Amino acid sequence: MTVDDRFTQDRDERPEDFGTRSEIITGPVADWATDFSHFEPEWTADPYVIQDDLRQRCPIAHTERFGGGWLPVRYDDVASIAYDTEKFSSRAIIMGNFRPPVDIAPIGGSPPISSDPPFHHDARKLLLPAFTKKNVSRLEPSTRAFCHSLIDSFEGRDSVDAAHDYAQHIPMRVIADMLGFPPEDGPKFRQFVENTLEGINLPPEERIERMEALGDYLLEQVHDHLANPRDDLTTYLINAELYGHKLQAEHVTGTMALLLIAGIDTTWSAIGSSLWHLARAPADLARLTAEPGLLPTAVEEFLRAFAPVTMARLVRNDMTWRGVTMKADDWILLSFPAANRDPAQFDRAGEIVIDREENRHAAFGLGIHRCVGSHLARMELRVALEVWLERIPRFSLADPAAVTWSAGQIRGPRALPLRIG
Amino acid sequence: MKLHIDSKVCQGHGRCYDLAPELFGDDDEGYGQVLGDGVVPPEKEHDARRAVANCPEHAIELLEES
Repeated sequence: MTVDDRFTQDRDERPEDFGTRSEIITGPVADWATDFSHFEPEWTADPYVIQDDLRQRCPIAHTERFGGGWLPVRYDDVASIAYDTEKFSSRAIIMGNFRPPVDIAPIGGSPPISSDPPFHHDARKLLLPAFTKKNVSRLEPSTRAFCHSLIDSFEGRDSVDAAHDYAQHIPMRVIADMLGFPPEDGPKFRQFVENTLEGINLPPEERIERMEALGDYLLEQVHDHLANPRDDLTTYLINAELYGHKLQAEHVTGTMALLLIAGIDTTWSAIGSSLWHLARAPADLARLTAEPGLLPTAVEEFLRAFAPVTMARLVRNDMTWRGVTMKADDWILLSFPAANRDPAQFDRAGEIVIDREENRHAAFGLGIHRCVGSHLARMELRVALEVWLERIPRFSLADPAAVTWSAGQIRGPRALPLRIG
Repeated sequence: MKLHIDSKVCQGHGRCYDLAPELFGDDDEGYGQVLGDGVVPPEKEHDARRAVANCPEHAIELLEES
């Protein structure tokens, strides 16, 4: 057997002109229609009032921040952009002050989320079988047992932080198991997630240094799996082939980074937002504890109303689109949360209706980039809520002012003190 | 009534086989499939309509049989 030399070379020395950087602009927003920023505290506290206002008066907002970008807030605009992979590229999917070079397409830095057709289809096909409903259901018993163990640890306490002490740990454990990473590395995962998604406005040197820490960690895991192959996604990716060849090292580590980052704070956010709602809505809480069979329907409503994920695209070429003049490489902040609260698409769009029968929400995206982990996320969210409601049927916010929310494209509670006694 | 999934439009959200597992299944990649000949027995019509109404991609059709 020959040594796998894909992972033995030093990290590429990036040429000076790798990608383009824009000026970091922070500070209060004057007008959300012309100067929006998803990193200002007002957005973090409540993006929905901003989006509802924009939907009335300016359905596609603009900003000069992040080197220029657009924010559509109507369902129809968001869906049209998600479906149009010709005009809107996934070469970069985190709207910030850095754009990778054009020639990184169609693979991108974290395939397949960063990939465009036709490469996207083939890279995605490699991942789909592991994430079918049937395959993720095998993880349900261990997920349920883990949720119970977290609640066991609350013994004797009359208040807990449901985001910090419960929600975050569930997807961390599940994705660590799937990738075959040490479960005790959870605190590292949290840092990687925060650096990737919330460190957007940090100075470039600091950001690069932090992203290199993630790259080093992933290479360490690859080497561990090369030495000790096992039945998990890391070994699967190391051995996977595309077009008759094993994957490039960057593809392997890029996909590992995607699964780690996208698998964690998304589901953590969805669990936290659902518990936050139930802590403030005693009638919904009473109904769900009395009618556990309603939970899967309620879960879909929580996903609609508190969709954790906003994506981004880059405009491929200069064009006029639905009345606005877009330039090549302008960002699109693709807000599935805003689409999910469009009254033109949903009755009582701003209300939480836990028995909503018809719910074509876009929480997991639309079109070819539908979240590959959606079946896993649904299982984790349902099990996390089932176990919580079974064990802690009565709870409320301990201190509403102490609830904090993540900034940027993934939204969910990061501190959620609940009274459970 | 007969069900049909447009496989070019289905993206594998799985709402159909979540909501109506007696009418829909999935393939090895998670894409939805109509089970059997797709003919909907009268007592399953509500489930069929619910699956149609919850497909985010509008990939499912419920056709009146002639």
